[in-house]
Amino acid sequence: MITEQIQNEIIDNFNMLDDDIEMSLNYLMELGEGLDPFDEELRVDDNIIKGCQSKVWLTHTFSDDKLLFSGDSNTAITKGLLSLLITVFNNRTPKEIIESKLFFINETGLCRFIGTQRSNGLEAMENRFKVIALNSLKNG
Amino acid sequence: MMSNFPIAEIRKDFPILETKINKNTLVYFDNAATTQKPLSVIDSLSNYYKNFNSNIHRGAHHLAEKATEEFESTREIAKKFINAASNKEIIFTRGATEGINLVASSYCKNFLEKGDEIIISEMEHHSNIVPWQMVAKENDLVIKTIKVTEKGELDIENFKSLLNEKTKFVSVVYISNTLGTVNPVKELVKISKEAGAKVMVDGAQATSHKNVDVSDINCDFFVFSAHKMYGPTGVGILYGKEEILDKMPPYMGGGEMIKDVSFDDTTYNTLPYKFEAGTPNIGDVIGFKKAIEYLNHLGRENIYKYETEIRDHAWRELKKIDRIKLVGTSENKIGIFSFYVEGFHFYDLGLFLDAKGIAIRTGHHCTQPLMDKMNLDGTARVSLAMYNTYEEIDYFIDELKKIISK
Repeated sequence: MITEQIQNEIIDNFNMLDDDIEMSLNYLMELGEGLDPFDEELRVDDNIIKGCQSKVWLTHTFSDDKLLFSGDSNTAITKGLLSLLITVFNNRTPKEIIESKLFFINETGLCRFIGTQRSNGLEAMENRFKVIALNSLKNG
Repeated sequence: MMSNFPIAEIRKDFPILETKINKNTLVYFDNAATTQKPLSVIDSLSNYYKNFNSNIHRGAHHLAEKATEEFESTREIAKKFINAASNKEIIFTRGATEGINLVASSYCKNFLEKGDEIIISEMEHHSNIVPWQMVAKENDLVIKTIKVTEKGELDIENFKSLLNEKTKFVSVVYISNTLGTVNPVKELVKISKEAGAKVMVDGAQATSHKNVDVSDINCDFFVFSAHKMYGPTGVGILYGKEEILDKMPPYMGGGEMIKDVSFDDTTYNTLPYKFEAGTPNIGDVIGFKKAIEYLNHLGRENIYKYETEIRDHAWRELKKIDRIKLVGTSENKIGIFSFYVEGFHFYDLGLFLDAKGIAIRTGHHCTQPLMDKMNLDGTARVSLAMYNTYEEIDYFIDELKKIISK
């Protein structure tokens, strides 16, 4: 699986935080701040991913059989999680995205911090990436 | 300033309060969602299953007799707890939500006519909105809502203006789970009755914090849940005036609620059993008794006094933080604080506080219409209970300040 290496890198980074929840949250916040600015005009309902407590927007461009994503969230932690997903899925072919299995969320222990209720939002985000990939495959 | 409330002893009765979360001792400030349980409640559950588990009301044997006696003694103590006139007025339900659904379904479906009006308020929990919407849709009834003022109080003049000869039912919350506002239910009931309407009070947030006297309030129905008053989940009580409950048809059919059954017809059991179809949640009803005994032992006046002191302390400290915007500032409120921080999302706040062991609730608190009215997606909510301390509040305030300066 082509995203395996990048997921392992994420896991290594989180392992350095020694299971400290607060440090992990701070790190997620920093990751979110690192996302490219999101175009105000793209903050429309079509691009919204319905999560639980936060709003997430995701858009993409598709060229040379590769998908490029950009996104934003109104909450800092969710934005951090989104940035990790973008890191994993950016510059991949639709087929690679569809075939990817996300294991970093469990192995970083992120699911422990984020909890099952909030993971639902995470699942919705992952699904949106896959739906975009699937549609790109059909249309491309 | 500090009363002689036996806080140290009380905390010993709640073992969960010693839990460590991310190396910090738990600070549980999500009491409006559910309260923790004292050892007497926890022990009574295992005692029931270990020693006298049995189905009630029918067995000819010792265990059935013992279980029935314990189960019915909860009804007796609950009757006194809210000052109902008779045990027949105490119906066991799964919780406040089921109580409201029962009344909406059994009373309003059968005694209201097309075009009749039901009044609720803008500060209701979804549980006191959706059952009315369902029954209104099915029976062409009209729902009207009492406006909430900027301070988070019910607008009584607006309420009076909504009443007319079509108003048949009023259902309002005693204490708002989002704002903490204590509504003047006695006055609301009086006004409703003068207009000829029946009244239900949603007391889910009230019974653990203050004395509740349904005879004095004079409401027709009152609902509450055990789990919000230190008892087990899955149990609640619907109080209803006997003469009204008597006229209402059963809400569910099954065992227990019948007198005689044949394939031609069924005659129903008397109150309160008419509304208690099926084997009830026996163990948890028995546990509920221990929760009421716990509150009675401490005395709700004493609890109210102590909780008011810690409420005042939390309120004072929260007001000192400029960026904190409190939602719900009525003087008549309990220790429920909904707030938001400009430039800091409530969801992030909840996660960072959790990392420090502080449990709060974030979101719309099942009061979406209220949030919409206030143009908010949600808030962070701190809700205090009798086992919370000044020290916990100070720790929370310190961590809150650190987090929002990130």
